[in-house]
Amino acid sequence: MTISFFIIAAITIVGTAAAMSLKNLVHCVLSLTLGLVGLALLFLLLGAQFVGFTQILVYVGAVAILAVFAIMMTRSAEPMTNLPPASFRLSGVLIAATVFAVLAWAISSATRSLPSQSSQPEVSVNQIGVALMHQFVLPLEVIGVLLTAALVGAAILAMDETGASR
Amino acid sequence: MSPLSGYLLLSALLFSIGLAGALTRRNAILVLIGIELMLNAANLNFIAFWRYGPNPAALTGVMFTIFSISVAAAEAAVGLSIILAVYRHSKSINLDAMNSMKG
Amino acid sequence: MPEIIDQIFVLLKHWLMGYVPSLLKPVVSAILSVVPVLLAFPLLFAITTVLERKGLGRMQNRYGPNRVGPFGFLQPMADGIKSLTKEDIIPRTADHLVHLLAPVVIVIASFLVYAVLPIGRNMVIANLNAGVLFFFAVGSMVELSVFMAGWSSRSKYSLLGAMRAIAQMISYEIPLVLASIVVIMAAGSLSTVTIVNLQATYTGIFPHWYVFTPWGLTGFIIFMIAATAESNRCPFDLPEGESEIIAGYYIEYSGFKFALFFLGEYLGMFATSAMAITLFLGGWAAPFSFLTWIPSYVWFFAKLLALICAFIWIRGTLPRLRMDQLMNFAWKFMLPLSLINIFAAGVWHYMPAGASRWLVVTLVIAVACVLLSRGLRRNQWFHVRTYRFAS
Repeated sequence: MTISFFIIAAITIVGTAAAMSLKNLVHCVLSLTLGLVGLALLFLLLGAQFVGFTQILVYVGAVAILAVFAIMMTRSAEPMTNLPPASFRLSGVLIAATVFAVLAWAISSATRSLPSQSSQPEVSVNQIGVALMHQFVLPLEVIGVLLTAALVGAAILAMDETGASR
Repeated sequence: MSPLSGYLLLSALLFSIGLAGALTRRNAILVLIGIELMLNAANLNFIAFWRYGPNPAALTGVMFTIFSISVAAAEAAVGLSIILAVYRHSKSINLDAMNSMKG
Repeated sequence: MPEIIDQIFVLLKHWLMGYVPSLLKPVVSAILSVVPVLLAFPLLFAITTVLERKGLGRMQNRYGPNRVGPFGFLQPMADGIKSLTKEDIIPRTADHLVHLLAPVVIVIASFLVYAVLPIGRNMVIANLNAGVLFFFAVGSMVELSVFMAGWSSRSKYSLLGAMRAIAQMISYEIPLVLASIVVIMAAGSLSTVTIVNLQATYTGIFPHWYVFTPWGLTGFIIFMIAATAESNRCPFDLPEGESEIIAGYYIEYSGFKFALFFLGEYLGMFATSAMAITLFLGGWAAPFSFLTWIPSYVWFFAKLLALICAFIWIRGTLPRLRMDQLMNFAWKFMLPLSLINIFAAGVWHYMPAGASRWLVVTLVIAVACVLLSRGLRRNQWFHVRTYRFAS
């Protein structure tokens, strides 16, 4: 538990909470980006350099931009006016709070059995690459197929139907 | 409080924030973002368990996170294009407005 | 003696660190590494603006700036003072916070990438294990700041410019990353320091730069074209095409914030050029083994200046592309060619050294290049424009 953990955790929580509660959708995406950058910093803090940078590359560079494009193309950048009734929102928050309470209870009751301290594992990109190419080569291939299918599928779905029949 | 339980609590909080967002917001894009957040909270758990686990040399947590990030990216791409298709059809991305199966 | 001059900045830092109490050592060390970079590259930016204006002026048969200082070389100072003293106008309907944050984000992101660029032997701020990945990850934050600027201004021109810029940057980021993968494959490392060290060896008098292989040359050309598009420069300057959408995403910015955008854009250009140098042109390594007595940082900045001059030359020569040409070029030519280039690099790796692999790899790339460009031309993307009303 270092001071940097608490600072980065605060950034992450503020960013994600703002992303889920702000009215303007673009603000939501921007604060989500802040939260995800905080999460990437947490990965770096945990010693997973490769995963942290991948997180920034994929989420800030691709997913946030994609979401922004979707917002622009669906004309939902203006603040929403027709919010769902308060009881509906309250029930959602209550469910989430219950989930958090249960998870927190489970974690705190399991604290004694959790490993407390260990040395920082030294993991280089090289090791990750070797593991990807040997031990995890089948999942890698499957991910490749999945990403190709997603690319083609997304392009076809987003294609204008009138344009496609041309 | 050990460092690991701190990360686990943070991850649980992030998961709950994502869940709350997915449950309370009616905008399809925001619901998708909430789901992405829940996935990310799970990723944090994987990395934390890898870091403090008994066998960090196995790299399992890191690998799982890498695959999970790529699946999440694919999910976001397909999800957002579905949202675009729905918008083109019904001129709205409010989830409450999508209540008919008839095209 | 040449070694001492080569390492003078490193030795100077060590000497200064000797006087620092051990408690403050990490902080002072970081400051001593970062501050020179924070000073050197904005200075290079100032020099480049003059060079660019004078070079473009020369190409267009005019003088360029020649009033302030000797040969107009103090012009950037005058420009800086002007932009500092100008009124900062924010549109009334603008989203104030996002409008303020956008230039800050672009400058921070542009400066962060310099952390992994080795500007000389042992002269790098952070030798990260995944340095190249860090470069591209942080570089992708620029796109977000471009969107923030364009959207928060609440102007149609700026929004159009931002959307064009993002579409273009995303499309060209893929060939940019794929072109650098060949080098990562050959070097077997994502660390920029290792990549340069591998290139700083010599056979006879010739260095082992990756640009001197068929796949390296192709990768370098793809990388430079994509870098031009990434930094929104001519002929890919549609996002800020003056004659169409005035100044693109930063049209509503004035005074110092405008200068920050300008700075961020040029810093991004320097950073991608420096990355091209690191990956393909041997970083700080001298081009011939008998020239290694010249300090490494001199070579780095000489190469950087050469690439900047090439950028200025291209800007003065080529006309702007259309949006559909831009997209078709990225997705139908650059992307397949960079994928084939990766394949060619793999073939190169597994063939025995000698003339045969040169022949095979060159043939693969040349055939791919011809076929792809013919595919582009068949669809008439690049036909000669006919001016109906003029003729």
